[in-house]
Amino acid sequence: MQYTRLKLFILGMKDCAPLILAAIPFGIIYGALGQSTELSAWAVVAMSVFVFAGSSQFIAVGLLAGGAAWPVIVLTTFFVNFRHLLYSANLLPHVKPYSQAIRAPMAFLLTDESFAVASNYLTDHGKQANFHWYYFGAALFMYINWQVCTLVGLFIGQSIPDMANWGLDMAMVVAFIGIIVPCLHNRATLACALTAGVLSLITYDWPHKTGLLFSAVVAILVAMYLEAKQGGMQPDAHISKGASK
Amino acid sequence: MNEVLLIFGMFVVTFGIRYVLFAVADNIEFPDKLKRALNYVPIAVLTAIIFPAVFMPKGEFYASIENPYIVGAIVAIAISFWRKNMLLTVVAGLAAFAAWKWLIIS
Repeated sequence: MQYTRLKLFILGMKDCAPLILAAIPFGIIYGALGQSTELSAWAVVAMSVFVFAGSSQFIAVGLLAGGAAWPVIVLTTFFVNFRHLLYSANLLPHVKPYSQAIRAPMAFLLTDESFAVASNYLTDHGKQANFHWYYFGAALFMYINWQVCTLVGLFIGQSIPDMANWGLDMAMVVAFIGIIVPCLHNRATLACALTAGVLSLITYDWPHKTGLLFSAVVAILVAMYLEAKQGGMQPDAHISKGASK
Repeated sequence: MNEVLLIFGMFVVTFGIRYVLFAVADNIEFPDKLKRALNYVPIAVLTAIIFPAVFMPKGEFYASIENPYIVGAIVAIAISFWRKNMLLTVVAGLAAFAAWKWLIIS
């Protein structure tokens, strides 16, 4: 089906809406936590504006509270965000048609959420000529939401001090479940998920989220092995169609 | 603490990781096997993020029917299998989680 650019942009926003809802409490809690550290208010906001990486922002605030020096925090950020390299590698065939002026903002806005929405869309639609309009609809919505929530947390965070203990991270869990479960339709994909999940529990204590990366890589290898055993069956006909040139 | 260096450093490493492959995309062509492997990235990484949140909500392994994260996740998985509807999955999973946390357990 052909969509106009505006329709694609709005479709991206719409598809991202459940993840936006899930991200709202995180942004607010980040703003509230940031406000309680020695960071100045502008630095709390600037981190959301320029870094735009939820989990590493949380870790940075936590490390600051523990008195860590800035190079330690930057190095930790590097390891924690390294999974984004896997995301960009996955999206690579879809960004090749674009100029650097479009690729750079696409990369800047690449988060767990925007990747999850984009990969979901590509699974359903295969390779798309105007993919960037969809992507920017989803990713910019996410970005603006993150900035607003940071500000809200900064200003009203202190009046809801117990918010971090409400279990609001469950919103992200169910949103990701909604994206992954439809992808699990053969032994290779199922084994991939189970391997990644179980290993991530075992390697939870590894520093700088390296356990997460290790678990993901091993899970992918297990899936590839099973895929080969199934006679080269593709993990997902749609994804494969989109990823091949 | 130098706030400017902190934020600039975090920006450089984060954007660098996200952009490096995009920047050189014209000059690299992944082998077929690697392309197929990368198709599993969403499942592998997102699941590796979810499991610890569900089974270790406070940093320690907590596999019990009293753990509301597990109940919410089971409901979300069931609904997602049944309907493949994102919004419905989120609402049902959160409702089950909240009901278990506030009404049943406490």
